[in-house]
Amino acid sequence: MSKFDVSRRGVLKTGAMAGAGVALPTIFTASSAAAFTNEPTGSTVTLGFNVPQTGPYADEGADELRAYELAVEHLNGGGDGGMMNTFSSKALQGNGILGKKVEYVTGDTQTKSDAARASAKSMIEKDGAVMITGGSSSGVAIAVQGLCQEAGVIFMAGLTHSNDTTGKDKKANGFRHFFNGYMSGAALAPVLKNLYGTDRTAYHLTADYTWGWTQEESIAAATEALGWQTVNKVRTPLAATDFSSYIAPVLNSGADVLVLNHYGGNMVNSLTNAVQFGLRDKVVNGKNFEIVVPLYSRLMAKGAGENVKGIHGSTNWHWTLQDEGSKAFVKSFGTKYGFPPSQAAHTCYVQTLLYADAVERAGSFNPCAVVEALEGYEFDGLGNGPTLYRAEDHQCFKDVLVVRGKENPTSEFDLLEVVEVTPRAQVEYAPDHPMFAGGNLGACNPGA
Amino acid sequence: MDAILLQILNGLDKGSAYALIALGLTLIFGTLGVVNFAHGALFMIGAFCAVTLQRLLNLSYEVVDETQTDFLGNPLKVKTPYVEAWFGPEFGGAIIDWAVPLAILFAIPIMIGVGYVMERGLIKHFYKRPHADQILVTFGLAIVLQEVVKYFYGANPIQTPAPDALNGVVNLGAAIGMDIVYPVWRVVYFFFAVVIIGGIFSFLQFTTFGMVVRAGMADRETVGLLGINIDRRFTIMFGIAAAVAGLAGVMYTPINSPNYHMGMDFLVLSFVVVVVGGMGSLPGAVLAGFLLGILESFASMNEIKSLIPGIDQIIIYLVAIIILLTRPRGLMGRKGVMED
Repeated sequence: MSKFDVSRRGVLKTGAMAGAGVALPTIFTASSAAAFTNEPTGSTVTLGFNVPQTGPYADEGADELRAYELAVEHLNGGGDGGMMNTFSSKALQGNGILGKKVEYVTGDTQTKSDAARASAKSMIEKDGAVMITGGSSSGVAIAVQGLCQEAGVIFMAGLTHSNDTTGKDKKANGFRHFFNGYMSGAALAPVLKNLYGTDRTAYHLTADYTWGWTQEESIAAATEALGWQTVNKVRTPLAATDFSSYIAPVLNSGADVLVLNHYGGNMVNSLTNAVQFGLRDKVVNGKNFEIVVPLYSRLMAKGAGENVKGIHGSTNWHWTLQDEGSKAFVKSFGTKYGFPPSQAAHTCYVQTLLYADAVERAGSFNPCAVVEALEGYEFDGLGNGPTLYRAEDHQCFKDVLVVRGKENPTSEFDLLEVVEVTPRAQVEYAPDHPMFAGGNLGACNPGA
Repeated sequence: MDAILLQILNGLDKGSAYALIALGLTLIFGTLGVVNFAHGALFMIGAFCAVTLQRLLNLSYEVVDETQTDFLGNPLKVKTPYVEAWFGPEFGGAIIDWAVPLAILFAIPIMIGVGYVMERGLIKHFYKRPHADQILVTFGLAIVLQEVVKYFYGANPIQTPAPDALNGVVNLGAAIGMDIVYPVWRVVYFFFAVVIIGGIFSFLQFTTFGMVVRAGMADRETVGLLGINIDRRFTIMFGIAAAVAGLAGVMYTPINSPNYHMGMDFLVLSFVVVVVGGMGSLPGAVLAGFLLGILESFASMNEIKSLIPGIDQIIIYLVAIIILLTRPRGLMGRKGVMED
């Protein structure tokens, strides 16, 4: 019979060793849980929808939010499934993402970079969002993309058209489904050539910020390649409301085409002013004067009313498309909300499905696994035909639509008509194209 | 030469809007001593009076047309405005077409009412408070008003066109053999502004009411001692100032599609106009409005911008600095105003 000597010190030592032994696996577990930012550990996963809920693009933001809510409903198995039924990937089963129910939080970008970063930061740090998406401005997209890269979460950009988003400001954690300024130029140029010929003189009015600059550069390069001359490029303040003093010099400039590199309220006002000054009725150099709006938004075009009639531009997607994906999305969205979705709604819905699908295929929410699943990913059935998420810059390559303001609209939604679907091959460019040079994708950041 | 004349016209046109808003601002300051940062919101509410009337005139009944389908493939609901049903497509259509000019009649009572409620309900409680308090409360009110408008009308610009007869352009230089093509509605806006400004000056100059108001602006206490209820008259002047801002907004809608933020876009510029013109000086506000409008237009010319890049964005503030350095009371400011 052995003697079992129990002392106070011995009990403490044994307890400490036992405690450490029990805790050891937990420490390892905790270590693996912190492998990436906001790893979902419960039965739900939280996505962060960062859209303009106030400010000049609030209506566009509201449409984005509707699309996100619809996407979440479909991901969780509700509704008619929308484009999940037409998506070429069948990884999504309608049971959330990796079996976790999808929940969401929303933030207000206010279409201001600092406010957008603050709301994204809050959603990441306080609400545990594992992915941030949305926005209606390139300035905001670039700012939030940078934040997500630092924080170690995925950023699925909303409406952003500047070349810089996937050019000099590209980030490994950021992905853009929307098209860009270069693609607008490449899609529009052949149509403009057919309509207006190769002997034209263009005058650019450009919103004075990143998106305006890159679009101006892209459209000027594309039209000059046709043989057009560019007589002037005038930068207009973003806060401008009355463009009359910028339009007046166009009248005597010798230009016969006015290119409005404006978006939102700027576009509505500059186009309205240009039409008021009778530019569309002018004949210059023996040719009818023409106006081009390279980036169209149906929601914004509504504000310009009849002034958009016959004016050409480009768009990422339009609700009248007759492919199965578009029809499914319009039916789903229209039934739920009573009107057709905008291009902003479309790109946001698609981005949410693409993220969820990438997580399913990767089998993990780890941002680096998601990046790997999205890079070089080819898909179809989401409204834009066969599409590639290019690995080199995280830009989607797909067909681009050239549209024209409809002469005889049949409803308040029927403002634009698709005049050409420009094939993807025509809008592709090399990853090191000069207009996109200067950036570095870097490595994915899983955070924590 | 044509380009310079065009920019002068543009300047007069912009100046019309600045002068109308600044006139109301300085009228309120001169009578009540209140720095009203909600004045831009009154301009915006006026514009939305036009939007509202346009929507009221377009109220429609729906008839299902089985031969057509909507975007979801359901039978199309064809809308017919009640006005067209009651008065026939031609006359009803003309009423809808003239919604903006008709909105002048619609806006006057509404704007006077809004001004009255604003003054009696909120601003009168701040008469004896420092100007900083007045600025804060009226700026807060402006934000509330614009958010209310955004809630009901959305954030996007809403097209509110001029009547077809007043669309298009007119060659103002035809008589002198020049080609100065200018939008008809902008010419209408300029003359409208001249009439309103002339009307306000005549009202203050040639009526007993105006004389009492001017006397109250010069020496409120003495007028009060004479047994005249000057406060009531000043309240009425607040309503009139609100109506002037509102009418400026109504008539501005065909020039730029109105949105909830348009008041803020004009507010800062109008304050600069008031300060440059001289606080409390009605002729100063009008003069400065047109002057700054013309300078802003010239600064947007490519020739000027190529010499001084970005001048179009700062010209108004640059001129304000120069004028305030050389004439601290503004162009036509009076001694003692805001100098206590």
